[in-house]
Amino acid sequence: MKPREIRLSTTPTPEAIAELRLGDIVYLDGLMYTAREGVYMRALEEQANIPMELPSQSAANFHCSPAARINPDGSFDMGAVTATASFRFAKWLPEWMEKTGAKLIIGKGGMTSKDYKSYFVPNGAVYLSTVGYGTGALLGRGVENVEAVHWNEELGLAQAMWVIRCRKMGPFIVASDLNGDCLFERENAKIAKNIARVYEGTKPAVLKRYGESDDRSDEVI
Amino acid sequence: MIPIDLIQKTAESLMDKAAIEIPEDYLDGLQKAAETEDGDLSSFVLKAMLDNYEAAKEDRRAMCGDTGVPRWFVKLGNDATVEGGMCALETALRRATAIATNGVPLRPNRVHPLWRTDHNNNVGIGAPEIEYGFEPEGDWIDLITVHKGGLFGTDYRMLFPSDGVQGIKRFYLDSLMAFGKRGLACQPAIIGIGLGGSKDICMTLGKRASVLRIVGSRNSDPRIAEMEDEFKELGNSIGMGAMGFVGKNMVIDCNIEVGYCHTGGMPMSVHAFCLSSRRAVARIYPDGRVEHRTDPDWFTPYQRRETVEWEPMQEAAE
Repeated sequence: MKPREIRLSTTPTPEAIAELRLGDIVYLDGLMYTAREGVYMRALEEQANIPMELPSQSAANFHCSPAARINPDGSFDMGAVTATASFRFAKWLPEWMEKTGAKLIIGKGGMTSKDYKSYFVPNGAVYLSTVGYGTGALLGRGVENVEAVHWNEELGLAQAMWVIRCRKMGPFIVASDLNGDCLFERENAKIAKNIARVYEGTKPAVLKRYGESDDRSDEVI
Repeated sequence: MIPIDLIQKTAESLMDKAAIEIPEDYLDGLQKAAETEDGDLSSFVLKAMLDNYEAAKEDRRAMCGDTGVPRWFVKLGNDATVEGGMCALETALRRATAIATNGVPLRPNRVHPLWRTDHNNNVGIGAPEIEYGFEPEGDWIDLITVHKGGLFGTDYRMLFPSDGVQGIKRFYLDSLMAFGKRGLACQPAIIGIGLGGSKDICMTLGKRASVLRIVGSRNSDPRIAEMEDEFKELGNSIGMGAMGFVGKNMVIDCNIEVGYCHTGGMPMSVHAFCLSSRRAVARIYPDGRVEHRTDPDWFTPYQRRETVEWEPMQEAAE
């Protein structure tokens, strides 16, 4: 069955978000900004003023560092854009969403259904995953214009807050919905049935590691 | 003597090629995977990736926004000399890395591990890595650049002879399960396995198995070659495909490299070279000829030699 394809605004209505189903393919239009650990720490821990009007300008937070440069005349060249793994940002996301009204968190690999249920759903937000990973060139084609780069001096090109105008940027896959269900966990559950068969005949390593036992009074032999 | 300007110019073009053009062997492997894939979502993903390679080439833009961490493998024929010496060569490679980071552009991924200082050019302490190999004949130099993703898909474990092949299988599967879920390893990937060596060399062997051998190559030891086939099939029988969705294609190929290790141990490493398997190779001759190719051809009989002396004629006769 071919997945459903949907055009979505980066300032989506609650109805448009409610429409989204796990596994739908989404293309985005409007302003999107990149924010990852550098931006989160600066905005939330150091309490710096966020240099955009959020969420009125954009409700789409991309976990991304683009392959881009700032030209001597101050203009920008953006080649490829792809996401970085989002689970590492769970520490900051609840506060970030509350503060910025972000409705679309876009990244790699999604979050857990626990994250979705505890702060995505209450904020009316969903998670969109990039595809591949690494459809960087296709996503790059969806960049109509680079509007600004903020905090480049403080954070460097990779961690800076890039503001991108998107035109049919995609594909992205809907990885969470307003029930707080998680596409990746659904797939994991299907694969889990097969694990015992694949592992048949193998045996645990002679030397264990902490992590396999979380009791540090245990030995690893 | 090989002109230093030619080395830098060639290195710059290799940086560009690696970032933009998917190597033919990996592309063929992925096309075959796309034909056999029947999971709805993973099929969609593989098709999108194939479109992406086209778009990258057409627009001359990097195929992935995370352009990895550029590094260099340099191989010299025994008679090769470089204008200005080996320090000039290293400077040329550092310059090419910085220039291409701004030129392509690539993402300036390299930062100080503690202070997160970013020179915005992928150059810093120990970056890019430059590793060397030698061949007994030739006056050429091979430049190989690899821009591997840096975060997921790699692991190391000290196994022991009593763990046996079943223990190797288990750690291999554990690595695929751990990093394959949600597609963290950006599979289907070229999986490299390093067996033996000391701990650091074990990692190096596995990394080189994934990035310096092409899809379809096989280890020269027929029993290891058999394991490579078996492990490829095992990885693809998990039922996990691209992005961790239900599917048949996790491993585009599995390459194993070995090195002699401590008699009591059997260290093992696993590496995943992702959907953007960025590598580019060129051989430069003293007369100014430059030959581009995509096969690093790193693991020659000389690199895998077991004996004290190197006697190629005798080897060939056997």
